[in-house]
Amino acid sequence: MVGSSQLENANPLIYQRSGERQVTAQDEDEQLHDRIDDREIFDLIRSINDPEHPLSLEELNVVEEIRVKVEDKESTVSVEFTPTIPHCSMATLIGLSIKVKLLRSLPERFKVDVHITPGTHASEHAVNKQLADKERVAAALENSHLLEVVNQCLSARS
Amino acid sequence: MKDSLTLLSRLSAHPDSRCWFLAWNPTGTLLASCGGDKTIRIWGKEGDTWVCKSVLGEGHQRTVRKVAWSPCGNYLASASFDATTCIWMKKNNDFECITTLEGHENEVKSVAWAPSGSLLATCSRDKSVWVWEVDEEEEYECVSVLNSHTQDVKHVVWHPNQELLASASYDDTVKLYHEEEDDWVCCATLEGHTSTVWSLAFDQSGEQLASCSDDKTMRIWRRMASGEEQGKKDPTWKCICTLSGYHTRTIYDVNWSHLTGAIATACGDDAIRIFEEDAGSDVMQPTFSLTAHMPRAHSQDVNCVAWHPKEPGLLASCSDDGEMAFWQYQRPE
Repeated sequence: MVGSSQLENANPLIYQRSGERQVTAQDEDEQLHDRIDDREIFDLIRSINDPEHPLSLEELNVVEEIRVKVEDKESTVSVEFTPTIPHCSMATLIGLSIKVKLLRSLPERFKVDVHITPGTHASEHAVNKQLADKERVAAALENSHLLEVVNQCLSARS
Repeated sequence: MKDSLTLLSRLSAHPDSRCWFLAWNPTGTLLASCGGDKTIRIWGKEGDTWVCKSVLGEGHQRTVRKVAWSPCGNYLASASFDATTCIWMKKNNDFECITTLEGHENEVKSVAWAPSGSLLATCSRDKSVWVWEVDEEEEYECVSVLNSHTQDVKHVVWHPNQELLASASYDDTVKLYHEEEDDWVCCATLEGHTSTVWSLAFDQSGEQLASCSDDKTMRIWRRMASGEEQGKKDPTWKCICTLSGYHTRTIYDVNWSHLTGAIATACGDDAIRIFEEDAGSDVMQPTFSLTAHMPRAHSQDVNCVAWHPKEPGLLASCSDDGEMAFWQYQRPE
């Protein structure tokens, strides 16, 4: 649990953060409609805090740009995330944080699907099913304690 | 098929919130809606427009997930994530909460009144289905707690004229229950869906049951008389049709018109679809055709579709966008 002294994965591998987005001439052209792209979605989620470590999901390689797929025209976003260990009990919370961050940031027309990278977690199916159930997600976010934990993951680190 | 479903009107039912469910009263003069804003709203028609007659805002502390009218139309039950079910009594044009049913451990997901009006069923994420008995003094007593499902129970619905109850669950199954020697028992388990079953609807006769699921299919089940399958005491239910390939995301609701036989679905791909059984199709192997498809019926997931009980073809729907819409369906030539 959050705040417990025993870390599940005490020595996680730490990965280099990617650089800032390269702004192209096209991006700066005010006449052009900028479609939401993979990098933009990745930029929204890479700084989410891991619930256990003082590190971002990007630094732990839990999220990667190549595991983000956006179809602006179809209004769909799909994100796969990779728990650091196959028995990580935080997987649902991490997935929920990614989902909440995207639901709060994106236009409402988007359908947001968050899954575990296939083959990287023991309870992959159960976690995916729970994250896809909007009724359970809605009920979870009405739980003030859980909402606080999610908000901590989403808050900017000082 | 293009013009078989036309929009009559659209209005904001639960602003800045999600509209989860709609229920017509038995005469079709009132429509109840409920949502993430913890309220229930009662709508009535004035001229050509639907207006909000009352807002029931005091009963629940959390999302109101579903509402159901009693068969007499004088009571409304509401199921909430706050683990309670409220019973509201209609007094002239107002509603008063007369009882709060407690007992479920967490979110109550659905509530339904038996056709006699003397039984009520509720279900919850706590995996149980409760049957409540109502006496003449309006006292509610839990007569049975059914623990047949292994997961969250999403929906309960009664047979249109018998004391037969059906429930749909996150465990991918549908279960049926009846009373046997003074106790309620599970008498059938319908297996076939490969993910959460979100909603159920009986046809007018009660011989067929439609189920819809996160697996993007709708299934039609038919009751087989006892004895047709050897060695079975209870009637069994057999899947006689699976409609797949039409829906692109989770199907949240299904509603079978008891006036026209048309089946409407509410889908997470923002669309409303209507299906009808083909003329001359085999009773044991029926085929259904998509007779209306309204993409972008709402700007977000469609959560509920509800046929008007008296006016054939009149359909109400509601969505995550907080809106409610009214449609007229005409079977294509």
